Amino acid sequence: MTEPLLKVEGLKKYFPVTGGMFGRVKGQVKAVDDISFYVNEGETLGIVGESGCGKSTTGRMLMRLLDPTEGKVTFDGQELTSLSASEMRKARRDIQMVFQDPYASLNPRHSIEKILMEPLNVHNIGDPKERKRKVHEFLEIVGLSSYHAKRYPHQFSGGQRQRIGIARALMTNPKLIIADEPVSALDVSIQAQVLNLMQDLQRDLKLTYIFIAHDLGVVRHISDRVGVMYLGNMAELADTESLYEKPLHPYTQALLSAVPVPDPDFVREEVVIKGDVPSPANPPSGCRFHTRCPFKMDICSQEIPRFAEVEPGHSVACHLYEECRPQ
Amino acid sequence: MDERKTILDVKGLRTSFFTDDGEVPAVDNVDFHIRQGEVLGIVGESGCGKSVTSLSIMGLVPSPPGKIVSGEILFQDKDLTKLSDKEMRQIRGDDIAMIFQEPMTSLNPLFTIGNQLREALKIHKKDWSKSQIQERAVEMMKLVGLPRAEALLNDYPHQLSGGMRQRVMIAMALLCDPKVLIADEPTTALDVTIQAQILKLIKNLNERLDTAVLLITHDLGVVAETCERVVVMYAGKVVEEGPVHTIFNDPQHPYTRGLLESVPDMRFKKERLYSIPGNVPKPGSIKVGCKYAARCEFAFDRCRVEDPALYQTAEDHKTRCFLFDPKEAESHDRTVVES
Ligand SMILES: Nc1ncnc2c1ncn2[C@@H]1O[C@H](COP(=O)(O)OP(=O)(O)OP(=O)(O)O)[C@@H](O)[C@H]1O
Ligand SMILES: Nc1ncnc2c1ncn2[C@@H]1O[C@H](COP(=O)(O)OP(=O)(O)O)[C@@H](O)[C@H]1O
Ligand code: SF4
Ligand code: SF4
Ligand SMILES: [Mg+2]
Ligand SMILES: [Mg+2]
Repeated sequence: MTEPLLKVEGLKKYFPVTGGMFGRVKGQVKAVDDISFYVNEGETLGIVGESGCGKSTTGRMLMRLLDPTEGKVTFDGQELTSLSASEMRKARRDIQMVFQDPYASLNPRHSIEKILMEPLNVHNIGDPKERKRKVHEFLEIVGLSSYHAKRYPHQFSGGQRQRIGIARALMTNPKLIIADEPVSALDVSIQAQVLNLMQDLQRDLKLTYIFIAHDLGVVRHISDRVGVMYLGNMAELADTESLYEKPLHPYTQALLSAVPVPDPDFVREEVVIKGDVPSPANPPSGCRFHTRCPFKMDICSQEIPRFAEVEPGHSVACHLYEECRPQ
Repeated sequence: MDERKTILDVKGLRTSFFTDDGEVPAVDNVDFHIRQGEVLGIVGESGCGKSVTSLSIMGLVPSPPGKIVSGEILFQDKDLTKLSDKEMRQIRGDDIAMIFQEPMTSLNPLFTIGNQLREALKIHKKDWSKSQIQERAVEMMKLVGLPRAEALLNDYPHQLSGGMRQRVMIAMALLCDPKVLIADEPTTALDVTIQAQILKLIKNLNERLDTAVLLITHDLGVVAETCERVVVMYAGKVVEEGPVHTIFNDPQHPYTRGLLESVPDMRFKKERLYSIPGNVPKPGSIKVGCKYAARCEFAFDRCRVEDPALYQTAEDHKTRCFLFDPKEAESHDRTVVES
């Protein structure tokens, strides 16, 4: 088997919680707590989960925009977590990010040309003439026109700005794109345009995607495999079809059953979970889902369930499946 | 035909903002009605005028720059657009109540939950005793499924989660048994598992209390799940109106059809999403013709020069599109649309 393009092992990020008069450290937010997964070249791994479960923190650590508390990230055979800052800058040519809010991530005072030129300048790619040509080429690729190069971000609609965000990420010919909620801020009719664009680009440029989102319909549409996060943990990870058709983790089941479906005749199988997501500063013991889980057993509040494969390509962290696992 | 009586009737509503560019009609000749005990959905993309419609009903359009230019909002034989501020205050929170997308904008962070519920009650129930007011506050907190209702009344809004705050907002809105509850994107800021709880609560209360609900959302899934009838808005206009089953199973307006085809469905994988070309127009930017013409795959010459009317296509269904103009139907091949 070929090596995956990206491999993540035991990744953790604890943020200190400060408070009181002297800003003393009072505790830790375990934003991401020991997650492992891999991404194969050319595929899309979707990551879903509710607000605050650690999706963005994970994405930022892969780019080393945040330094992990613990864990190892290997990209294309190179261990990113041990690179120096300058080596990491070079590696970023191959890993780019697309953000949720295209407006906040584009400098309002810079023309589109300047915004798209910047990654080329940073990575010293081409001469000024080539750079200009490349800017125009990529504007066309994402469905804008080269005359847009002279305009400024505020002159574009949300969907167009997201196209610019995608063009910027493509400028350095990256292998991996981490897209953090790239269509969440867009209207439904514009979402479809951007999703189609991302799929076309993946096919034409052989891109690998990590697609972070909270919309389970969008994630099913775009992903080959999907990971479900809950309170800093990976609850379940499987190929898209098995995850949606045969969810194993009680949280995944509840999540899927809560999504409103655009069909008034649809009768759902309801898995109702009570209450709210607990605070990551004070997560429940054992399985982090035990406070809301309809299948909770005694062991669940005492022991952290292992995240491991129960079927080929289908991993889950839940005591219900402990017997099914190869030891 | 639905026999329930109409409780709120919006007729020819036009609400504009007067800016440096002149009059911008955010809501343009909008008609719809809500029947007693019904859940009506208004769905549309951002900026199409959903919130301005609900603010118009509540008499809360920021003025200036906004103003209801024409039209009527009939509630129990009264035209709300003609009422004084004082009369409107009497109705607001009593007969017609509203919940917003972000509960924090309507809860005061400096006062306890109990304090805010009691104050809201005092406005409308001047003759109630202290204990009656307290009892009612606790009762409503329990009704919306909040745990430890009594203790929670002493908490401040920031001590509650987003889902709990939205429940408090609903409790507050229902304090005086309103006849109409307007919910503007009540679950947009919430996670799906919490959204499911809140939608269930709204539906449940609608059934138990017979409160009519106007549910405003951009989420077609939420509409399909909660509403009986649907109004689809585009660029300040109602483009289609009908029962939820017909809107989803047999949509007529090209925009409604495009919108439904472009949403990914969680239950199965579509090979490729249909995508409506172009952008959502800014209000007031399209002055002549059908507002959807620039993006519509069926547009023909008439669409670019004339504004289509809202044609009655069935007893309870209306569509603003020339393809449904009885006069056009003769000259036009309807199979194009049916395919
Ligand atoms: N710089 C920080 N300092 C302290 N806590 C943080 C910091 N960044 C994130 N967190 C916390 O870490 C947890 C995970 O945050 P993260 O932004 O990764 O969530 P997310 O899954 O992306 O959520 P959303 O869907 O809302 O974007 C949250 O509890 C958040 O409050
Ligand atoms: N306070 C305001 N001042 C000027 N224009 C406004 C104001 N509020 C809303 N609008 C305009 O009215 C249009 C409709 O807004 P709104 O009803 O909030 O849309 P939505 O359907 O997303 O709720 C917006 O595009 C906006 O341009
Ligand atoms: S480990 Fe226990 S509490 Fe956690 S999801 Fe499985 S059954 Fe539920
Ligand atoms: S009136 Fe014309 S442009 Fe408008 S929706 Fe109908 S066919 Fe399309
Ligand atoms: Mg995030
Ligand atoms: Mg709105």
